Amino acid sequence: MARLRDLAKKHSPLTSGHRACSGCAFPQVARQVLLAAEEPVVVVVATGCMEVATTIFPYTAWCVPWLHCAFENAASTLSGVESAYRALKKRGVIDREIRFIAFGGDGGTYDIGLQALSGALERGHRMLYVCYDNQAYMNTGIQRSGATPTYAHTTTSPVGKVIPGKLERRKDLTEIVVAHDIPYVAQSTPAHWNDLVTKVQKALAVDGPSFINVLQPCRLGWNFEADMAIELARLAADTCVWPLYEVVNGEYRLTYRPREKKPVEQWLKLQGRFRHLFLPENRHLIDEIQAETDRKWEKLLKKCGLA
Amino acid sequence: MAQKTKELMALTGNEAAAYAMKQINPDVVAAYPITPQTELMQTFAQYVADGLVDTELVAVESEHSAMSACVGAAAGGARTMTATSSQGLALMWEVLYIASGLRLPIVMSVVNRALSAPINIHGDHSDSMGARDSGWIQLWSENAQEVYDNLIQAVRIAEEVFLPVMVNLDGFIISHGVEVVETLPDDTVKEFVGERKSPYRLLDIDHPITVGALDLQDYYMEHKRSQAEAMRTAMPTILKVGKEFEGIAGRNYEAVENYRLEDAELVVVALGSTCGTAKDAIDELREEGIEAGLLKIRVFRPFPWEEIKSALGSKKAVAVMDRAEGMSAVGGPLFHEIRSCLYDLTNRPLTVNYIYGLGGRDVAIEDIKKVFYDLVSIAKLGKVEDFYRYLGVRE
Repeated sequence: MARLRDLAKKHSPLTSGHRACSGCAFPQVARQVLLAAEEPVVVVVATGCMEVATTIFPYTAWCVPWLHCAFENAASTLSGVESAYRALKKRGVIDREIRFIAFGGDGGTYDIGLQALSGALERGHRMLYVCYDNQAYMNTGIQRSGATPTYAHTTTSPVGKVIPGKLERRKDLTEIVVAHDIPYVAQSTPAHWNDLVTKVQKALAVDGPSFINVLQPCRLGWNFEADMAIELARLAADTCVWPLYEVVNGEYRLTYRPREKKPVEQWLKLQGRFRHLFLPENRHLIDEIQAETDRKWEKLLKKCGLA
Repeated sequence: MAQKTKELMALTGNEAAAYAMKQINPDVVAAYPITPQTELMQTFAQYVADGLVDTELVAVESEHSAMSACVGAAAGGARTMTATSSQGLALMWEVLYIASGLRLPIVMSVVNRALSAPINIHGDHSDSMGARDSGWIQLWSENAQEVYDNLIQAVRIAEEVFLPVMVNLDGFIISHGVEVVETLPDDTVKEFVGERKSPYRLLDIDHPITVGALDLQDYYMEHKRSQAEAMRTAMPTILKVGKEFEGIAGRNYEAVENYRLEDAELVVVALGSTCGTAKDAIDELREEGIEAGLLKIRVFRPFPWEEIKSALGSKKAVAVMDRAEGMSAVGGPLFHEIRSCLYDLTNRPLTVNYIYGLGGRDVAIEDIKKVFYDLVSIAKLGKVEDFYRYLGVRE
């Protein structure tokens, strides 16, 4: 169990002064993940917000070794770094313990990078892949992704006169990763710092691949006030839109159960991308989202042996 | 068992490449199977399985991931190799530019094969020709011996100039044909390639570096300029490594090879296995009294501009052989570059282009002789009527 007091004393490997939007939550995600690591880390980041906002040449916000290759290949690129580590360790060039972390957004992980992720997981590299899931292609200007929730407005699933935003369901990437039967898989949010930090420590401790899907509210794409990112992450867990759980060697465990399960409406109404749902004629769409959220929550409780 | 002396071995081109890799003993190899490269990686995987190399073999799920893993491994400081063909190289395209732009000394065998569609597994140069602007040094091999020799030299070249190198060999013709290859003792190769020394390593955790930063209008151009400069100044290193290699192997390697060229009036310019066929054709033509010669391009990137100019300067007629269709409607890629290089000369030879051997279409001695007979007519006529021609096609 991490203590905030100890974490606060650690030097943040991601400095301030980077160019993320005000109110963006990815810096919190990156900081919490990196502060959790006890050993030195090497980081690979997929093309996306995190990459463009933190490294504009000749500046860098990273105090750890850092590599960006392309959009869809953070997992395969990091698997190469990890293989180099094993080879150089074998030859005696390196004698220290190093941990390997990849960060990719939902576009770079759920969609274009899914194959590279799947391959790296199957090969069993000892590395942690963290998806910072902001539920759309935010870096290119809010286009729909496989992670975009139903009825959200994006620039490629716009709300129009006949179509109320994205019509399709969200892909459940965490479950796809679970199907790879790797030692550690989890979901978390930056609002639950202790949950996230603990999960990162567990993930880095396993001798094999691990994956954490972290919901990252995006001020621009979700359209909310600059001080609301953490609140929205908290509400996502409290409404069970984004349950916090972990799967350790195939065993499901709920890591946070809201005392009172809040209606999804409370999460939806704070975001401009769902504004259209609050027109009287769209009430049934909110009911539909609630029903789907309940269905998935019940299913998860069953997996966790809590139903 | 370690190889202690020079030995003659019966090897396919693929096996020659794999054997060179065994002696190089790279830190990381990341690869994906594709015909006709498969035998190369299978042979190497067996070396790994038998504990004959220390390599971490990363059997990735695509060529895109193969080159991505190579980028990660090479940035980490590992000596890194891979191999591919055709569609595989096409799938790597995006990452080829990243490997060279990040100045990573990755060495890759490319077993040249036609690009789809129509799908075809046989040898032509469309794959590597399409990657000619990707910032990779390109060495071309005439036979299995040159595959072996080029691959060993490629490691040294890549690590000295900080550019990736591809070693090309014609699919099936070289990759699957068994030839006698003279291999070097293990220790000789080990000593020749040495250890990779890199001033910056991602895995040097006490000296963190940021690799692959966003580079906008204010710096991108300078970085590309310096990359181009590395390519421009790579040639002396390529020649120096060739000389050193001659010292251990007794085989000479330059940017180009001149075959019976000095007194030739009519010249064929080619890459790869066709050069062997052309040499036989030239020997026969010389018997007939035709002053035929060959200019073989071994180093295609960096382009050996000066060498080509001085080799072709005084010639009457030159046929440039392209085993790839550039779809420019005015000839193949090698032709354009050779012709551009001749423009500076006061006495320019007449030039003609032949697109040939696409999708593995066979090229026999008779075909090359036909090209020379055409050159005889061109030289006699004093002009080229149609400079963009096809050889061995049904029309």
